[in-house]
Amino acid sequence: MTTLPEKTERKLGLVIDLDTCVGCHACVISCKGWNTENYGSPLADVDAYGENPVGTFLNRVHSYEVTPDEGTSQLVHFPKSCLHCEDAPCVTVCPTGASYKRSEDGIVLVNESDCIGCGLCAWACPYGAREMDGIEKVMKKCTLCVDRIYNENLEPEDQIPSCVRTCPAGARHFGDFNDPDSQVNKLVLERGGMDLMPEQQTKPVNKYLPPRPKDTLGEIDILAPLLKPVAEKPDTFIGWLNKQLDKI
Amino acid sequence: MHPSPSVIIFTALSGLGFGLLVFLGLKMPDVTGVLAFIFFVIGFGLAVGGLISSTFHLGRPERSLKAFKQWRSSWLSREAIAAVFTLSVMAVYAIGRIFFDYDIRILGVVGAIMSIVTVFTTSMIYAQLKSIPRWNTKLTPAYFLSLSLAGGALLAGQITFCLLLLLISGIIQLLVWIKGDRALALSGTTIESGTGLGTIGRVRAFEPPHTGTNYLLKEFVHIVGRKHSAKLRIIALILMIGTPILLLSLSFSHFLAALSVISHISGLFISRWLFFAEAEHVVGLYYGKR
Amino acid sequence: MTDQPYLDTSPQLSDEIRKTTCYMCACRCGINVHIKNDKVAYIEGNKEHPVNQGVLCAKGSAGIMQINAPSKLKSPLKRVGPRGSGQFKEITWNEALNLATSWLKPIREENPEKLAFFTGRDQSQSFTSFWAQNFGTPNYAAHGGFCSVNMAAAGIYTMGGAFWEFGQPDWDHTKLFMLFGVAEDHDSNPIKMGIGKIKAKGARIIGVNPIRTGYSAVADDWVGITPGTDGLFIMSLIHLLLKAGKIDLVYLSQFTNAPALVDNETGLLLKDADNKELVIDQKSGKLVAFDTKNVQPNITANHKGNQTVFYHMIEKYLSDEFSPEAVSERTGIKAGRIRAIAAEIARVAFEESFEIDQEWTDFRGNKHKKMLARPVSFHAMRGISAHSNGFQTCRALHVLQIILGTVEVPGGFRFKPPYPKPSSIHPKPHCKVTPGAPLDGPHLGFVHGPDDLCLKEDGTPARIDKAFTWENPMSAHGLMHMVISNAHAGDPYKIDTLFMYMANMSWNSSMNTKGVIEMLTDKNDSGDYVIPHIIYSDAYSSEMVAYADLILPDTTYLERHDCISLLDRPICEADAVADSIRWPVIAPDRNVRGFQSVLCDLGARLKLPAFIDNDGNARFKDYADYIVNHERKPGIGPLAGWRSKEDTGKGSPNPNQLNQYIKNGGFWTKHIPKNAAYYKPWNLDYQNWAVDTGLYDQPQPYLFSLYVEPMRKFQLAALGHGKIQPPEHLRDRILKSMDPLPIWYPPFEETLVDKDEFTLHALTQRPMAMYHSWGTQNAWLRQIHGVNPLYIPSKLMMSHSLKDGDWVKLTSVNGSITVPVAEMAALNERTVWTWNAIGKRKGTWALDKNAPEATKGFLLNHLIHELLPPKGDGLRWANSDPITGQAAWFDLRVKLEKTKSPSSSEPTFPEIKSPVEKGSNIILQGQS
Ligand SMILES: Nc1nc2c(c(=O)[nH]1)N[C@H]1C(S)=C(S)[C@@H](COP(=O)(O)OP(=O)(O)OC[C@H]3O[C@@H](n4cnc5c(=O)[nH]c(N)nc54)[C@H](O)[C@@H]3O)O[C@H]1N2
Ligand SMILES: Nc1nc2c(c(=O)[nH]1)N[C@H]1C(S)=C(S)[C@@H](COP(=O)(O)OP(=O)(O)OC[C@H]3O[C@@H](n4cnc5c(=O)[nH]c(N)nc54)[C@H](O)[C@@H]3O)O[C@H]1N2
Ligand code: SF4
Ligand code: SF4
Ligand code: SF4
Ligand code: SF4
Ligand code: SF4
Ligand SMILES: [Mo]
Repeated sequence: MTTLPEKTERKLGLVIDLDTCVGCHACVISCKGWNTENYGSPLADVDAYGENPVGTFLNRVHSYEVTPDEGTSQLVHFPKSCLHCEDAPCVTVCPTGASYKRSEDGIVLVNESDCIGCGLCAWACPYGAREMDGIEKVMKKCTLCVDRIYNENLEPEDQIPSCVRTCPAGARHFGDFNDPDSQVNKLVLERGGMDLMPEQQTKPVNKYLPPRPKDTLGEIDILAPLLKPVAEKPDTFIGWLNKQLDKI
Repeated sequence: MHPSPSVIIFTALSGLGFGLLVFLGLKMPDVTGVLAFIFFVIGFGLAVGGLISSTFHLGRPERSLKAFKQWRSSWLSREAIAAVFTLSVMAVYAIGRIFFDYDIRILGVVGAIMSIVTVFTTSMIYAQLKSIPRWNTKLTPAYFLSLSLAGGALLAGQITFCLLLLLISGIIQLLVWIKGDRALALSGTTIESGTGLGTIGRVRAFEPPHTGTNYLLKEFVHIVGRKHSAKLRIIALILMIGTPILLLSLSFSHFLAALSVISHISGLFISRWLFFAEAEHVVGLYYGKR
Repeated sequence: MTDQPYLDTSPQLSDEIRKTTCYMCACRCGINVHIKNDKVAYIEGNKEHPVNQGVLCAKGSAGIMQINAPSKLKSPLKRVGPRGSGQFKEITWNEALNLATSWLKPIREENPEKLAFFTGRDQSQSFTSFWAQNFGTPNYAAHGGFCSVNMAAAGIYTMGGAFWEFGQPDWDHTKLFMLFGVAEDHDSNPIKMGIGKIKAKGARIIGVNPIRTGYSAVADDWVGITPGTDGLFIMSLIHLLLKAGKIDLVYLSQFTNAPALVDNETGLLLKDADNKELVIDQKSGKLVAFDTKNVQPNITANHKGNQTVFYHMIEKYLSDEFSPEAVSERTGIKAGRIRAIAAEIARVAFEESFEIDQEWTDFRGNKHKKMLARPVSFHAMRGISAHSNGFQTCRALHVLQIILGTVEVPGGFRFKPPYPKPSSIHPKPHCKVTPGAPLDGPHLGFVHGPDDLCLKEDGTPARIDKAFTWENPMSAHGLMHMVISNAHAGDPYKIDTLFMYMANMSWNSSMNTKGVIEMLTDKNDSGDYVIPHIIYSDAYSSEMVAYADLILPDTTYLERHDCISLLDRPICEADAVADSIRWPVIAPDRNVRGFQSVLCDLGARLKLPAFIDNDGNARFKDYADYIVNHERKPGIGPLAGWRSKEDTGKGSPNPNQLNQYIKNGGFWTKHIPKNAAYYKPWNLDYQNWAVDTGLYDQPQPYLFSLYVEPMRKFQLAALGHGKIQPPEHLRDRILKSMDPLPIWYPPFEETLVDKDEFTLHALTQRPMAMYHSWGTQNAWLRQIHGVNPLYIPSKLMMSHSLKDGDWVKLTSVNGSITVPVAEMAALNERTVWTWNAIGKRKGTWALDKNAPEATKGFLLNHLIHELLPPKGDGLRWANSDPITGQAAWFDLRVKLEKTKSPSSSEPTFPEIKSPVEKGSNIILQGQS
C-alpha cells in the first residue's frame, strides 16, 4: 500500500542530540549487526576485503565543520538514518507497494518480497536514508527496529532500537511523538528540536537537537573579582595565608 | 544522478516510440498495409524496446509485474499501466490498419492521447521528485513531451509539425538548462538546511561517514565538469534540433530525412545523458558534493 | 489499514546468549554474545556489567567480523624464507614448542638475560611477568613504556593513582569537566557515558586539544593548544589560582605534603624515625609526624629555616614566568582566555561546592559529618603524556587538581580500586639474574632513589631496554620501543631470543618503522641475523608475523579463557571493585591455542619452578587451570570473586570459580560502602575495607606528594651526592628535568631541529571506530576508516594552494612520506594530524594488495625516530621522556610541500607473502 495513512496512532521515531554525539559510529555498527541478522535479508558487504569495499548500512555518521562569522570553527558529528517522514515521498513513489508507512506507529518499511529494486524510493528520499542492497537487490532502510520494539522475547527496557540501546553517549532517544509527555517530545521542546530540510516538506518524525552554544567562556581581564590577587609576592602571600588559616 | 544507460535508452526510445504512435493514431501519415506495418513496427519497437531496457534498471526484474499495483500514488506504476494500456489499444488499432485496412478511429484517437499520457507519466516520475530540484519543474514534462512529439513527427515524416515541434523543443530544452542550472540554489535546500546547522555558521562537510563509496554516492553523486557540460549542450542542441531543422527545411529527400533522424536521436541521447548526469540530488549535499 | 503486510514483530533472537568480556579494545566491556546455530549472530552490551552498563562501541559490535576475519592465523608457523618475506611452513604445536624450548632452555641455564620477553597491549601482564620472572630474565615489560607511562607514573608518584584507566571523574556530581589530550583512551565507553551524563545535566566541558574532534567537538569550550605546551598552560592556571587564593587550604594541609618540611640543605623532606613526614602542628607549634592524632598541619610553617613544601610552591608558581601573558604566545592561548578558564574553575570549585550528607572518619581518627564537593574534574591521557616533558606535565595537572582539593572528593576525580596505592607500597624493580633460577622479584616497579635503579655492578644497564637507569630512572613500565633498537645495537648488550606477544613492532607500534624492519632483518658478518631468534604470538596476519622465525598463533577473544585481574589492569569503578573473565564462547576452527595456555606448557617444558609440580610435571593444564589455582599470596589469586570465602576477595582456590563467573555474566563486583566512597587515601573505612578485600596488606594512609621526594634524590646524585652516581653527560639533564615540583621545558625534538624549517607539529589520534592495526581486518570497520588523510589547517591549505585529495610530501628530520590531504578549520594553526594505524602494508591482514589502506593509508611512524637527532656527542639519546622513558610520539616536528599525486602513498614496501588467504568477496553475515 503506497498511499500514506492519514494519521498514525502512534508516531514513533528518534531524537538525535547533536550536542552530545561524539561521532563514535557505535550506532552504525550496532544497527548493521542487528539488521544483518534480523528483518529481511542480510546487509551485504561486497568486496569486503578488497580495493573498494561497499556495504549496505542503514545508519551513517557524517561530520560537519561549522564556521561562524566570528569565532572558532566547530565540529558536529551527525548521525543519519531514516526519519520516518509523515509525508514520506519514498512511499508514494513506490510502484509496488513494497514501501509503506505503518498506520499503527508510522514506521516506514520496505516489504522486501514485493520490492522490484527500481530504486525510485531512494531517488525520492532527500536524506539518503535508503540503500539498495548490493546482493539481494532490494531496498534497505532503517526499520526503527520494528522487530525489537515490540519483541516479547526482549526484556521491556531492551525493547528499543539497537542503535539507541548501544549509544555510549546517550545521544539517541526513542519514543512516541504523539504522546505529549514522552521524553522525546520534552527534549524537542526544551532543546529546540529541528527538522532536516523542512523545505522538502517531508515532515520528518525524527528530530535533531542542535548543539548548545559553544565557546562562551570568552576572555576576561585581570581585575575580574574571582581572580583578584590576594597577594603578589610569596611573603605577602604567606601573610594572607596565615590570616586565612586563623579563620579555619 | 548517475546517468545509467538503461534509463537513458528507455526514456529516449520510448519517448520516440510513443511520439510516433501519437501520429500514427492520428493517421499522420495515413498508411495501411505494409507501409503501416513498417511504421507500427518502428513505433512499437522503440516503445517496447525502451520499456524492456528500463527493466535492466530493476534489481529484481522478475518481479516487475508487481509494479502495476500502485497507480493511486505512484507515477511509475501509472506509467507501467499507461504504457501497457496504450500499447494494447494501439496494437488493436494497428492490426486493423495493417491487415484489414480498417480504421477504428476511436482507438486511434484514444491510443494517440494515451501515448501522450504515457510520455507524461514517464516525465512525472522525474518531475515529481523534490529531492532533485533540477527535475522538479513543469519544464520536465514539457521537455519530455515536446521531444517525444517532435521525434514522433520526425519519424512520421510530418515535416511541418516536426519543424514547429523541434523549434518548441529547442526552446524548452534551453529553458530546461537555464532554469535547471539555478534550480538547486532556488530550491532552498542547502547543506545548512540539511543539517540544521546554518544558524551557527557556514557548514562544510568534514569527514564522510565512510571512506569508500556506497550506493548513494554511486547512484546520486555524479559530477560533470562545467566546461564539459557546456560543450555537450551545444552539441546536443545542434544534433537534436539544429541539424534536423536545417536539413528538413532544405528540401525533402529520404536521405536527408534519414540523416535528420540519426542526428536527432544522437542529439537526444546526449540531451538525455545530460538530463541525468547534470541532475543534482540533494543527498549529495550531505557529502559536500553535488 | 488492513492491506499492510503481516510482520512478525516478536521474532526469536538467537538460540542462546553467552556472556563474556569484549576485547576489541582494552576497555573490557561486558558483552552478550548471541549464538545461532553454534555461530556468533549478534553482540550487544551487557546491561549488568559495571564497565559499560549495556552500551557498546562500534568495535565491540563489530567483534563478529573480527572472529570471522580471514586474517586469522591457522597453525603454528616456522619461517622458511628470509625474514620479512612472509614465507612459512605450517608445523605442529609439538614441533613449535620443541623448537621454542630448544632455543630457550640453553639461555635459561646460562644467561637468562639473553631472552627479551616483551608483550604488547595484552591484559595478562601479571601472568606474563610471572612467567618471565620464573624464567629469570630481567628483560620483561609490556607496552606501557611507549604508551602512557608518564601518565601512570606521574599519577602514582604524586597521588597514588592516575588517570588512564585507574580513576575517573565523579560523573554524577561534577559540574565542570576539563579534558586534556584525549581522543579515546582506554575507558572508551565509560568516558562517553560520563560525557553523556554530564551533558544531560548541562555541566560544562572544556576540551584542551590541538584538534577539535570527538570529545573536544562536544566540549562547550575548546582550547586549541599548541602541542607540548600544556605544562605551561596548567602552571599558569596554578599561578592564577594561587595568586587569587582560590585553593583548598584545609585539604592541602590535611591530605597532602604541602605542610611537610623540606630540609633546607638537602631538599629532602624532614622525617621521623618511622620515615613519616614531619609537619608543624598549627596549635602546638610542635614538630610531629603528619598522621599524629588531632594534628593540624601548618602549611606556612618555618622550622629552623626549613620551609614547607607549600612555601616552595608559592615561590615557584607565583613567579611572573607563569603569568598568562608570559605563556600566551607559546601555548597559543590568549591571556584573557587563560584567565577566563581559571576564573571558571575557581567559581565552580568554590562557589558551586555542596555537601553530601555522609559521615566519614579520617586516618587521624577525626570524624567528619559531611563530604564536601569540589565539583571540578579533570581527565587527561596521551596528549599530555606522549611528549618528552610529559611526566612533569602530568604532574602539573595533578598539582592543579590537588590545590583545588578536588581529588577523591564528590564532584572531582576518583580512584578505582585497587587504587589509591602510593608509590611506596608498589614493588621496586628487580633485575638480579641467576642462571637456571627465577629473577629475584618482579621486574617493574617504582624507584625511590638511585639505590633502586637496575644497574649492573659496573654501572651499565641491567635491562636491554635500559629501564631504571640514569637515562630514565622512573621508567615504571619499561621501554618496549627501545628493545629492538638496543638489541640490534648490542647496547647495553646482545641478546639471543626476542619473544614478543601481541605487538605489531614492525609496523604501527614502532617509531621509525623502516629502521626497525631493517634491524629485524639485519645480518652480521657471518651471515646470521643480528637478533638471532624471534618468537612471536599473534592471532592475525599482521605486519609483524613476517619478521618472526616461529609463530605461535593465538585464539581470538571469544575462543579462550582470559582473566581481567585485580593483580593487573582491573576493570573496577570508583564505587566498586570488579574483575572479570573471558571464556571460550565458541570453539576455534583451526589449529590455534590461547597464548597463556601455551606459556603454561612452555613453562613446564622449561621446568620453570612455578609451572611444574613436585614430580616435574606440568602444574597447570592450561590457563583456566592457572586462573583458578594460582595463588600470588595465600588467599590471593588472579580472580577475587567466589574464592572459598565467598565475596570477600580472598580465600583459597575454588574449583567452581569460573562457572560462577560465567553464571554471573563473566564478572564479579563488590561495592564500596558509602562511608568509604570518597577520600579513599585517608578514609579509615576505605582503608579497612581494602584490606578486607585483599587490596592492601594493611591500612596505608598517605599524603599526596605535591613534592616528589624521590626525584630530589636523583637530583642530589646529579649534584654529586651519594654512592651511585650518574654518568657525566647526564648530570645536567637529571638536575634540570627531575625537579620535585612540576616544571616545564620545551619538548626535546624542537630544541634539536630548526624550528624555522620544521614549523609544524604532527600528531595522530585514535579513531573511535578502530583499534590500532586490528581494526583493518574487520569488514565493517574498514569501510568507515579505509584511508587516513593528513588533516591540514585551512590557512595552510590556502597558502599551499591545496584542496582535499591533493598530495603533500611531509618531512621531518628523520625522513619523508607522501600522503593525501584534507582540510580542517577547527585545528590548531601550527598542527597537522591523521588517524593512527590505518595505513597497512601490502600482503598483510588478508586484504587485497590494492586495498586503500595500503595505497592511500599511511603511518606517521616513518617520520618519528626512537632516537633524538644526533647531538654530535656520539651518544644515542632516546626520543623519550627523561624521567620515565615514555616514547615522545607527539614531539614530532614537520614541514610540508605540495606534490604530484603518486600511484600510492610513500614510502612503499614490498608486498609480504601472506600466510593466510584473502577473504571472500561478499559477506552475508546473517546467512552464514
Ligand atoms: N578506538 C580506540 N580506542 C583506543 C585505542 C585505539 O586504537 N582505538 N588505543 C588504546 C590505547 S593503546 C591507548 S594508549 C589509548 C590512548 O588514548 P588517547 O590518550 O586518547 O590517545 P590518542 O588517540 O593518541 O590521542 C591523543 C590526543 O591528544 C591530543 N594531543 C596531542 N598532543 C597534545 C598536546 O600537546 N596537548 C594536548 N592537550 N593534546 C594533545 C591529540 O590531538 C589526541 O586527541 O587509547 C586506547 N583506546
Ligand atoms: N604514530 C603513532 N604510533 C603509535 C601511537 C601513536 O599514538 N601514534 N601509539 C602507540 C601506542 S600507545 C600503542 S599502545 C601502540 C599499539 O600498537 P600495538 O601494540 O602494536 O597494537 P596493534 O596494532 O593492535 O598490534 C597488536 C598486535 O596484536 C595482535 N593481536 C590482536 N589480538 C590478538 C590476540 O588475541 N592475541 C594475540 N596473540 N595477538 C593479537 C594484532 O594482530 C597485532 O598484530 O601503538 C603505538 N604507536
Ligand atoms: S552511537 Fe551515539 S555518540 Fe556514537 S555516533 Fe551514534 S549517536 Fe553519536
Ligand atoms: S527519510 Fe527518506 S526514506 Fe525515510 S521516510 Fe523520509 S523520505 Fe522516506
Ligand atoms: S525499490 Fe522497492 S521499495 Fe523502492 S520504490 Fe522500488 S519497489 Fe518500491
Ligand atoms: S532504529 Fe534500528 S534500523 Fe534504525 S538506525 Fe537504529 S538500529 Fe538501525
Ligand atoms: S570500548 Fe568497545 S571495543 Fe573496547 S571493550 Fe568496550 S565494547 Fe569492546
Ligand atoms: Mo597505548
